[in-house]
Amino acid sequence: MNPQTASLTVSKIRNGTVIDHIPAGKALLVLRILGITGKEGFRTAVLMNVESKKLGKKDIIKIEERELTSDEVNVIALVAPSATINIIREYNVYKKLRVQIPQIIRGFIKCPNPTCITNRGREALKARFKVIKRQPLLLQCVYCGTIISQEDLEKQLVM
Amino acid sequence: MEQRINTEVWKALIRAFLPFKGRDVISILDFTREDLEELFERADYFLEHRRSYRLLEDYVVALAFFEPSTRTRLSFETAAKLLGAKVIGFTSEEGISIAKGESLADTIRMLDAYADIIVIRHRYEGAALFAAEIAESPVINAGDGKQHHPTQAMLDLYTIRKLYGSIDGLVYGVVGDLRYGRAASSFIYGLTLFKPKKVYLISPPLLRARPEVLEVLKERGIPFEEVTKVDEVVEEVDVLYVTRIQKERFPDPLEYERVKGSYRITIELLKRGKEHLRVLHPLPKVDEIEPAVDTSKYAAYFTQARFGVPVRMALLILIAGVEP
Repeated sequence: MNPQTASLTVSKIRNGTVIDHIPAGKALLVLRILGITGKEGFRTAVLMNVESKKLGKKDIIKIEERELTSDEVNVIALVAPSATINIIREYNVYKKLRVQIPQIIRGFIKCPNPTCITNRGREALKARFKVIKRQPLLLQCVYCGTIISQEDLEKQLVM
Repeated sequence: MEQRINTEVWKALIRAFLPFKGRDVISILDFTREDLEELFERADYFLEHRRSYRLLEDYVVALAFFEPSTRTRLSFETAAKLLGAKVIGFTSEEGISIAKGESLADTIRMLDAYADIIVIRHRYEGAALFAAEIAESPVINAGDGKQHHPTQAMLDLYTIRKLYGSIDGLVYGVVGDLRYGRAASSFIYGLTLFKPKKVYLISPPLLRARPEVLEVLKERGIPFEEVTKVDEVVEEVDVLYVTRIQKERFPDPLEYERVKGSYRITIELLKRGKEHLRVLHPLPKVDEIEPAVDTSKYAAYFTQARFGVPVRMALLILIAGVEP
């Protein structure tokens, strides 16, 4: 199957977002990061292990009626740095975005250290991670100094 | 806008000439070698001129010790009182409203309203940074979980400077619980601000230094090696920085019994070392150092503990931005 036939299997979307060039097998992780479970009601197509000139194999996600914000887009970079994002309006590409790993990541990753102040339930405080290396990805908790790798991060997201 | 630029310029000037003023002390890594040298000069002054001052007489220093402490708390209290400051505070969570479920954030807001400088010790890593984000008054970290103990590192480095005249060019052996011990981690971080010849990290495999500590050593190009036994390197080191290995860290008590002898510092062991070898310890010590060492030339830990007061006096006046 070549990329042309792959694209034929899913029809174009009218409005929404297409996330392309996701490393093969990472589409479900991307959905999880975006908090898309399927219950939201958006028509969503997930293509996995599609042939790609650039990556050999890749995953693609198409989400109808949902435009991603740039914050959401950048968080995708943590698991799929090669991803490209197309915002679609009336069947046309309205905007192309490249994902970029932010310097500081707030909120959605939990610090794995149980005695980190961010894990003390009483405090109104969310974990914050500094990106100390992009390739391979290494994040460091701003509060307790714990370093987490890409693998640790993905494990956390799968759980 | 013009007003704001002026404030920015003003702040930059203060930073340039008074690098400590109003500053939080969270990690020793927030400081430069020059900062520490400035601190040590002030500490020298207070060591030579041991008396009461009125430099901080308009200051209230809050000692918020959510975790028990003797040495650190008393030396901060002594330092603050010798400078003329009023001291308020508490030790441990018992008997105060934190035990009733108050958040750290709320306690800090309260202390911030009362005090000009807040000294905090807490069981959770990152508590001091979190407190500093909330409080307007400068916050000094007196130990946050297993992570940082910057003022201990300051006085440890000061001790070495006093003993050897310089921190550079020496071979260091850091012994004990390098994984959970905040004094050891902070001391290692502190060494990276200088040019040690080599740093040996001596611990059982279970208690090796944390990845983030090794990362800093690598990044700053400090020659280091992880070894398992003190006697492998005792001939080579100039300074042995000893910390306690806690039994509770071992899942198997038998394993502890097997390894504990390898980390006990005895006169016999030290005699194999260099003539000028000295032993430092953040204290309290239990049985990791043979009592006979206490009265030998090797023991530098009581002097080290004594330096806690002048070093903390120096830190307090620098943060307040006053001069003796």
